[in-house]
Amino acid sequence: MPRKEIRITGYGGQGVILTGYIFGKAAAIFGGLHSTMTQSFGPEARGSACASALVVDDNVIAYPYMRDTDILIALSREGYEKYADELSENGILVYDADLVTPHQSDTVQAYGIQAARLAEELGNRIVQNIVVVGFTTAVTGIIDREAVAKAVESSVPGSTIELNLKAFATGYEEGQKLLAPVG
Amino acid sequence: MQQAEPKRVLTGSHYLDGDHACTEGAIAAGCNFIAGYPITPSTEVVERYARRIPSIGGTFIQMEDEIASITAVLGGVWGGAKSMTVTSGPGFSLMMENIGLAAMTETPCVIVNVQRAGPSTGLPTMVGQADIMQARWGSHGDYEVIALAPQSPQEAFSLTIEAFNLSEKYRTPVMVMLDECIGHMTERVVIPEASEIKILPRRMTDKPKGEYLPYEVGEDGIPSMAHAGDGHRYHITGLTHDERGYPAMDSKTQDTLVRRLCDKIRNNAKDICMLEEEEIEGADVILLSYGITSRVSRAAIEAARAKGIKVGSMRLLTVWPFPEYRIKELAGKVKAFVVPEINYGQVSLEVERCCAGKSETILIPHMGGTVHNPEDILKAIEEAAK
Repeated sequence: MPRKEIRITGYGGQGVILTGYIFGKAAAIFGGLHSTMTQSFGPEARGSACASALVVDDNVIAYPYMRDTDILIALSREGYEKYADELSENGILVYDADLVTPHQSDTVQAYGIQAARLAEELGNRIVQNIVVVGFTTAVTGIIDREAVAKAVESSVPGSTIELNLKAFATGYEEGQKLLAPVG
Repeated sequence: MQQAEPKRVLTGSHYLDGDHACTEGAIAAGCNFIAGYPITPSTEVVERYARRIPSIGGTFIQMEDEIASITAVLGGVWGGAKSMTVTSGPGFSLMMENIGLAAMTETPCVIVNVQRAGPSTGLPTMVGQADIMQARWGSHGDYEVIALAPQSPQEAFSLTIEAFNLSEKYRTPVMVMLDECIGHMTERVVIPEASEIKILPRRMTDKPKGEYLPYEVGEDGIPSMAHAGDGHRYHITGLTHDERGYPAMDSKTQDTLVRRLCDKIRNNAKDICMLEEEEIEGADVILLSYGITSRVSRAAIEAARAKGIKVGSMRLLTVWPFPEYRIKELAGKVKAFVVPEINYGQVSLEVERCCAGKSETILIPHMGGTVHNPEDILKAIEEAAK
């Protein structure tokens, strides 16, 4: 797989960094790829915009920073507005459809999911990001489902593994539904 | 060499940032005492250590400041521990006096500096490489230190182990000069089996009680240690001292001691220096870099080669002692050394000194906060090759 650059954005407390960590770990530990995660360390606190950045490649990664965003995952409106222009012309946008109203050009593939709502239905809004992880895995296909599921399982607290894997599966199924040919 | 203790080694593939990988390197190396004071972007190192160490065996103390931290580290060593402290620019400045004491008393210890942009408080959460000269010259008087510069979380692990081994071998403070980018970058870190990790034990005296002299040396110029409570007569001082460790206020003792402190490093530069070289033979230009900047330079090197420019790469894993023997060999054989660094000229000055006018030295400075733009490095390589 050639180099892919992924930006995850949202507000502090939504699990933006964990989302980047899970994809990065899925690629580098379980997916046979290389990955480098970096994060902007500002004075971010719960409730303000934050972001993580991930480079995935089947070759060793020298330059670890973003140059051209291939995939933008937006969990909040503020985060989306901050990074929308960074997305490349033929990039993929994944967003929480209840929180973000996208305004990208037609060349961008945009996939929305009501992740926060689905997470609430599963019993805890905190797994919103894991719903998005499942959904992104399905719609982008950049990292193997099995690898991402393993990364989820090994990155969340033991008592929440079941809930998180359910959230992952829910998101993944939503993504598959979206991709299924109509009729 | 001994093998690492299995209980201290987290064998396997992990997804870790550079700070956490540094912690694992320290634990694997046998570090059983860290005294430190939290400071961005280094705090994660001690956070992980404080969490991991109670079940392994060891102590973390959060001291009242960085002066106390380095002082406790020296005390830890003389009490028998393998000790380390962790900080960033402002804390590094506070530690300088007792880094000199560590050099003078030949106390093997490790100081990790996760560099951020300075001077003063600067950019606390953003990258810099401007503490390189401070690592070498920060304390007063003549002495030498060893300083290493990892370029990835994997090297943050392996070079921290190396730092401990070098500190024991040469009985000197060793700096691990991480930078914010490497510290906060997360990648795969493969930790080998304990049996594959080589640990150099402390060089303890085998002299009987009453015959041991703390600063008596053989041919290699490095004294053997005894720990507090071992029963040997002992005196440790920052004053100029003789073989017994007693103050000797005369220029002859001063001459013998200071020459030995410096020469034990200078004369072993080839043993200490780790260099990574690539396509140096026949190169017109050599790009010399260290830490995060070597990774940023990679794209520029490849682009330059695609344009037909003969550019070699030299990466310093050891910044101090500076590999002057190697630069002197190459001076005059290449048109120029191109040196990108996140400061206003530090390692480039050493390159320039060693080139002595036989090859040009071109600094690509960056004041910090972010990394170089690879295009700027490419432009400098193209200019240099003309």
